[in-house]
Amino acid sequence: MFRYYLKLGLLSIRANPALSSLMVAAIAIGIGACMTIATVRHVMSDNPIAPKNDVLFHVQVDNWNPDDPYREPNEPPEQITYIDAKVLYEAGRAARQVVSFKSDRVVQPENADTRPFQQNVRATSGEFFAMFDVPFAFGSGWDQSADLAEEHVTVLSADMNEQLFGGADSVGRMLTMNDESYRIVGVLAEWTPVPKFFDVNNNPFEAPEDIYLPFSVAITGEFGSNGNTSCWKPAGDGGYAAFLASECIWIQMWVELENHSQKQEYLQFLDAYVEQQKLIGRFPRPLNNRLSTPAEWLENQDVVDDNVRVLLSLAVLFLLVCLLNTIGLLLAKVMRRSSDISLRRALGASKSALFSQYIIEAGIIGVVGGVFGIGLTWLGLRGIENLYIEYEFIQHLVRMDWSMISLAVALAVISALAAALYPTWRACSISPATTLRIQ
Amino acid sequence: MEFGPIWRAMLKNKAGFVLIALQIAVTMTIMVNAFAIMQERSNAMGRESGLDEANTFTFYSASFKPDMDIRALVEADLDMLRNLPGVRAAMATNSFPLRQGGWSQGLQLEPGTQSTDSVGAAIYFVDEHGVDTFATTIIDGQNFTPNQVSWKDPEDNTWPAYGIITEALAKELFPEEQGSVVGKTVYLGDTDPVNIVGVIDRLQAPWQDWSGIERSLLVPQRRTPEFQRYVVRTEPGYRDELMLQVEELLANSNRDRIVKGMTTIEQVRKMAYLGDSALIKILTFTVALLVIITGLGIVGLASFNVSRRTRQIGIRRALGATKPAIVRYFMVENFIISSLGVIVGAILAIALNIVMVEAFALEPLAWYVIPIAMIALWLVGQAAVAGPARKASNITPAIATRSI
Repeated sequence: MFRYYLKLGLLSIRANPALSSLMVAAIAIGIGACMTIATVRHVMSDNPIAPKNDVLFHVQVDNWNPDDPYREPNEPPEQITYIDAKVLYEAGRAARQVVSFKSDRVVQPENADTRPFQQNVRATSGEFFAMFDVPFAFGSGWDQSADLAEEHVTVLSADMNEQLFGGADSVGRMLTMNDESYRIVGVLAEWTPVPKFFDVNNNPFEAPEDIYLPFSVAITGEFGSNGNTSCWKPAGDGGYAAFLASECIWIQMWVELENHSQKQEYLQFLDAYVEQQKLIGRFPRPLNNRLSTPAEWLENQDVVDDNVRVLLSLAVLFLLVCLLNTIGLLLAKVMRRSSDISLRRALGASKSALFSQYIIEAGIIGVVGGVFGIGLTWLGLRGIENLYIEYEFIQHLVRMDWSMISLAVALAVISALAAALYPTWRACSISPATTLRIQ
Repeated sequence: MEFGPIWRAMLKNKAGFVLIALQIAVTMTIMVNAFAIMQERSNAMGRESGLDEANTFTFYSASFKPDMDIRALVEADLDMLRNLPGVRAAMATNSFPLRQGGWSQGLQLEPGTQSTDSVGAAIYFVDEHGVDTFATTIIDGQNFTPNQVSWKDPEDNTWPAYGIITEALAKELFPEEQGSVVGKTVYLGDTDPVNIVGVIDRLQAPWQDWSGIERSLLVPQRRTPEFQRYVVRTEPGYRDELMLQVEELLANSNRDRIVKGMTTIEQVRKMAYLGDSALIKILTFTVALLVIITGLGIVGLASFNVSRRTRQIGIRRALGATKPAIVRYFMVENFIISSLGVIVGAILAIALNIVMVEAFALEPLAWYVIPIAMIALWLVGQAAVAGPARKASNITPAIATRSI
């Protein structure tokens, strides 16, 4: 029976090419608009470190102004001071701990013909790579002894290694930055977490830094931060040393804790630390320390662009218009065929037989609309990519994956079936006697 | 007009008409809100930065030798730039309007640490060429004199004693003041007094999303970090050739630093408003597509109605109805549907706008958008129904005599 109805459906669709294509187009365009924006949103709200979501925690301690919270209602600062970073890192109370910040260096390639260039770098303690599951192509990160000894070691991204060494295994070679020589200990494989969850400060949608070097080296070398620095009271006189001793926040800290009791212990440790600092006059605000999982942190930092949310709500309404359109057209089609339907009913077709027939017909329209909708989604994403062509990272935000493709088809079929319900019901409730009598 | 009969005829086929009316209503909801957003964004994009945008470019220099004499380097660079033919003014500064990154700090009227109300302002570190390079006009007081300009000692965090503020900042700091604010003192940080020597008409802060965008303060101080940002204002028409020339000259001047980021302010503006202009384009496209779909929906349903009523139309024609009367019938019918649609649409549009203003901190929509959208949708409806209506009017009266 199903195949027979399928055949009937196709015949009926072919019998009204204009009306049918209008319906397919309406569904396809509605799905295309919705899925284009939904895809961008899906990518932006992704959690790239989901497998470790239960064990990673972003650390916040509230050293802010006694009169004003860092952010309403009572949010602790997003980053921490150098004083706290140093103490918390050296305490080593978590299974792993990472303190890091974004900075920049001038890279001086060995080849004298290549001009030096400026490059963003990440100054970080060595457990960064293990903590965030960063994949290596060659070599590895550095261990804690390198941090302690302030060894000039560095890890390059795949792109940077390609640019400097043509993609060869460069482990063991030297790299000069700001006239200082660093030994390359590792080269990463391709790694572009979206969003850049470990530091969402300036722009959560940018590529990770291409060069990594030890935090301790950066501090001794008096590197400035390339990210946000916020101070609630000015740093005193005395250059970099005064800055390090100030209440300015500029360092991101993450810890890895294996289970709930470790998390509780770590929170207690933070509270005890803050209480002890209060005795020497720091931390004037009430106790407000926080550990957030990556998912909580991305949510708290509201990384999804508001424009995307506005567009998504408009796109859903757009799909609604397309559906109303389809319902109207299906209704028109059914009404036009009311004499056929009456005849079939009079000859003994049951309501459920008619119902399945028209639902299958609507289903076909839904599937075709969905397939075209995927095509339009792809076009829509290319359109967005083009509008943002100057923003290089856009290519990572307009990628379709299988989950979105299947969602598109499912949405199309569900939409078409929902649109078909009312017209089909009307068709089934046509009374054969009245319609036939008019003839 | 035959409103009565048309209305009663419509009641016989409520579902079809309700669907069209709803479709028009939701279309209007989207249109109005999309338009409100586009208007807000294009107003934001239309604000003047204060700079002579067509004739200004910028670049930066990053030194990487540890013991570089930054002060000598900057002075040599500026000397070279200012003596180039076609350069009107040039300076080294920390930031400029539209750049998205800069320095902001609270200004207060009284010294002291906390609890005083402070007004946030963008701070630009400039010299006596700052006012001309930024293309602003002094409307009160005067420019910095060369001996007010100092080089900052890295170990010293004291602020300079002089400042030039924008008119908007002056109004924010001294809302009651009727006369001149020149000579007044404000405090930067807790204790550092800044004597206002001049007021300029306009200079935006570097962050275009900031509510205090018009509040800027120029201070006569030059700094010595390895990273120096230059702004060059040229005579009209000289910009592009000067950019090439400057790049060439600086590349060869000193191998221990790199010169990069050579870009025009027009390009900087484009990047600053990339998201907004993309949003405007996406919304325009969406609204156009939406109107087409709704229009096609109306055409589809009207054609269907015409074909369903062929016999009745024939009978009316046979009984003496003129062709224009038939056309009018469909036009009036569509007008009634559209009116219902736009009235419901107006209510939905306002409701959605209230939700969006709440959720996304948008500006509320301007009242006149509603009547404009209503008229636009009425016109779309009438245009869409015109074709099927004409087809209906061409039905021959003879059809009445035939049976189907």
